[in-house]
Amino acid sequence: MTDSKQKSAPKSGFSRRAFLRGSGAAAAATALHTQTAAAVDDQGPKVVRGETSITLNVNGKDVQVKAEPRTTLLDVLRYQLELTGAKPVSLDGSSGASTVLIDDKPVAASTTLAMAATGKQIRTVESLGGEQPDDVVQAFVSHDAQQCGFCTPGFVVAVRAFLNKNPDATEAEVRAGLNGNICRCGTYANIVEAALAVVKGD
Amino acid sequence: MPEYNWPSREASTVIGKVHDRLDGTVKSTGAAKYTYDVNLKNQLIAVAYGSPYAHCKIKSLDVSGAEKTAGVVHVEILPQGQKDTEIEWEGELLAVVAAESEAAAREGISKIKLAVEELDVFADEGNLEAAEEAGRTGNGGGKVETVNEPGDDDDEDEFVEAEIERLFKQAKHVVEGYYAIDPITHCCLEPHGSTVEWKDGKLQAYLSTQNVSGTDEQFARDLKVTADDVHVQCEYIGGGFGSKFAPDYWGIAAARISKATGRPVKMMLQRDQELKLGGSRPSGYLKVRLGADQNGVVQVWDSHHWGSAGYRGGGVSHSVVPYVLVPPNYRRTSTTIKSNTAQARAWRAPNHPQACAMTQTALDDLAATMGANSYDIFLANLANASNGKADVYRAEMEVGAKLIDWKAKWHPHGKGPSRGSIVDGLGMALHTWGGTANTSSCLLKVHPDGGVESFCGTQDLGTGTRTVCAQVLAETFGLEVDGVRVNIGSSKYPNSGASGGSTTVGAVCESHRRAGQDALEKIFELAAKELEVDASVLEAVGGRIRDSANHDKSITWRKACSLIGLKPLEVTSNYQRGAASTLTNSGVGGVQMAHVEVDKETGVVKIKKFVAVQDQGLVINPKTCKSQIYGAVIMGIAAALYEQRITDPKTGKFINAELSDYKLARLGDIGEIVVELYEPESERVRGVIGNGEPPAISPKAAISNAVANALGVRVPTIPLTPKRVLDALAKA
Repeated sequence: MTDSKQKSAPKSGFSRRAFLRGSGAAAAATALHTQTAAAVDDQGPKVVRGETSITLNVNGKDVQVKAEPRTTLLDVLRYQLELTGAKPVSLDGSSGASTVLIDDKPVAASTTLAMAATGKQIRTVESLGGEQPDDVVQAFVSHDAQQCGFCTPGFVVAVRAFLNKNPDATEAEVRAGLNGNICRCGTYANIVEAALAVVKGD
Repeated sequence: MPEYNWPSREASTVIGKVHDRLDGTVKSTGAAKYTYDVNLKNQLIAVAYGSPYAHCKIKSLDVSGAEKTAGVVHVEILPQGQKDTEIEWEGELLAVVAAESEAAAREGISKIKLAVEELDVFADEGNLEAAEEAGRTGNGGGKVETVNEPGDDDDEDEFVEAEIERLFKQAKHVVEGYYAIDPITHCCLEPHGSTVEWKDGKLQAYLSTQNVSGTDEQFARDLKVTADDVHVQCEYIGGGFGSKFAPDYWGIAAARISKATGRPVKMMLQRDQELKLGGSRPSGYLKVRLGADQNGVVQVWDSHHWGSAGYRGGGVSHSVVPYVLVPPNYRRTSTTIKSNTAQARAWRAPNHPQACAMTQTALDDLAATMGANSYDIFLANLANASNGKADVYRAEMEVGAKLIDWKAKWHPHGKGPSRGSIVDGLGMALHTWGGTANTSSCLLKVHPDGGVESFCGTQDLGTGTRTVCAQVLAETFGLEVDGVRVNIGSSKYPNSGASGGSTTVGAVCESHRRAGQDALEKIFELAAKELEVDASVLEAVGGRIRDSANHDKSITWRKACSLIGLKPLEVTSNYQRGAASTLTNSGVGGVQMAHVEVDKETGVVKIKKFVAVQDQGLVINPKTCKSQIYGAVIMGIAAALYEQRITDPKTGKFINAELSDYKLARLGDIGEIVVELYEPESERVRGVIGNGEPPAISPKAAISNAVANALGVRVPTIPLTPKRVLDALAKA
């Protein structure tokens, strides 16, 4: 393991930088790349076949799940952990509906292999709910930034990640920075308002 | 029976007031469970195999490889997959593989072997000549209307021909043009599908549907059971837009597989299948000649249009051509084309968006020809408004023009200033829709502790139906919205019509207001005895029942409800579609204006500002009402500039059936949108009218007109992609 990798990913051997390159088609390639890198980094080449038990850290808790090499993080969340906020909309991640945070960066869970997410902090939209929902959730409600709501969890996570990085975002920055998600009902205008309301602390 | 009515604007405390949608938090935190999210214990995941051919005859379908795949539990060949079946469009489902996981099911699918006899494909639906040559055309109908009528001895066809030519000779201005709009898909983010379970001869179906009350019967009919044996539930639905009224044959197949395996089955269409099969909007291509008088009022219209709604024919109905502004003399004819593409489904305001896009663009070209202001030409042609709403349009145009600053920003077509290669332009369009209330029943329970619960087999597509139901009941009982519990989304609740055609808000307002007033009448009778007044003087305000003339004479709502007795008061009230009512109405207008920027070097169109002015009678919740309009406009921007189903004309393959290729508007593409609810007293007193469809109609024409105003050239086919913009400029 090199020093730079230790700095960026202290809890695992995965290349964090490669992992965070983005969502969409890039993430699929990244996930494969990451898996290979991990295998090489830790124990030398290792071939995994069939279903094995792995540990994922989801919303602050370590959970044991079953995964085949082909199993996506999205399938694990939805079918084993009953965390159905992240949605399966496009296999290639181009809708952003399956967005979750991995080590605080937005990633499409539909194009992330479950095995590539071990040793990472995975946060789903459900972690933004609870008794005192996240400001982004509250702004989505008060600005009516959802209609059918199927894209909404992915959007909420994307907005949270964007605002973490850009807490003082201007309207122009909001409009330029949230184009990884698709809404079919057309809630974008309300999402812009919601994001700006969070910036202003409304 | 009480006289059903709404309180005045001044007296309303909940209706007409902004309220957060009740399911906002559960939707925003992922807690809302959609059909796709329902996981039943021990369930199988089913994935379907679709035909890679657009037109073929099945020779054999070998599923043995799928059956042997690890994790696969059951494989069913659908009726469409049987030998000698003719497949008419790409993606038609032939077999279903049910497995322990989606990945295993997909692996099974990859091992299916299909042999076919390929048949001739026609998928070039915009090409009328080719369609005729291929024998794929049919008569779509038409109509002729002339002010002068043929004499007794005249041959009618000859008379019409001569009369139309005479009118064109008389016309001061003539426009001849071609206007087109490509097919798009519904592209619901939650694909069509269900999670179903057979148990003890009964079917529990979680179905992504716009038709909770009607789909139990559809399941029952195909599965040979009674509707009572089927329970359909849909708490939340991830988009429908007119495409989700039935279980579809894949829903029935899922139920069959559940029965055969004794396990619950989840079967959702895959993304490409959703785009190919889940619903599309017919294309439209129109050639027209119109003639106008010196004031720019169209006097004669002569058009022929064609298009396809799929292999089984159909297209844009001639009945809405030309759209809204119908001159006294017209001839409209149409041709339907059988294309090897999946059959279209109702798409938000069926026929209207295409008709608006193909005809109000021609009207705008009249303004361009005359060198006139488009606003003035639309205004002049309001005299021809076929729905009698000229006054409403005129008022809405005034409001819209102020909001977009039409006067200051207007320039004649193609004559605006340019900044480098960038030019800007203004355009407008207007629309109409019915939006009558659908049939609806509501069971209302008022509990002795003051709790209010309603049960209604309607559904909330994201329009805010739940919230509207609660607001209506809260207003009726003088309660807070939080004091009312609304239950919808189950076929076991009283019947309520399918959500299509903007009929839902009217439907639930009818049933909930009626049930509320019926229940309140009974509560007033009890309270009247307690207060020793006549029940007719009572009103429910601010959590109390009081004498309307003497407010000191009152009891709390809770106290009044305690008089009900031990069991809750139960009332079921109905509304039958079409029955006369003061609560709801039908028929709206609506005007939209677009301000765009076009880069003449790249062909890219950007929305600077978009204004939508919409009437819909009485508004229950301005917040969710406006959201509907924002959404319709954004959908319209997508259809105007980006989205289209691209079909390979030779193979009939839908070549952009993924969201990375099927281009929709993203958050950065929409510009500034301004929504204005037009609700003067004259509209408010009409009662509630649905607004789901109307604002989705005009955006395409308004944006196309704005682009034409910017460029001085019409880009004839929508969506106005950069290539089409550049092609139009090159041709000019």
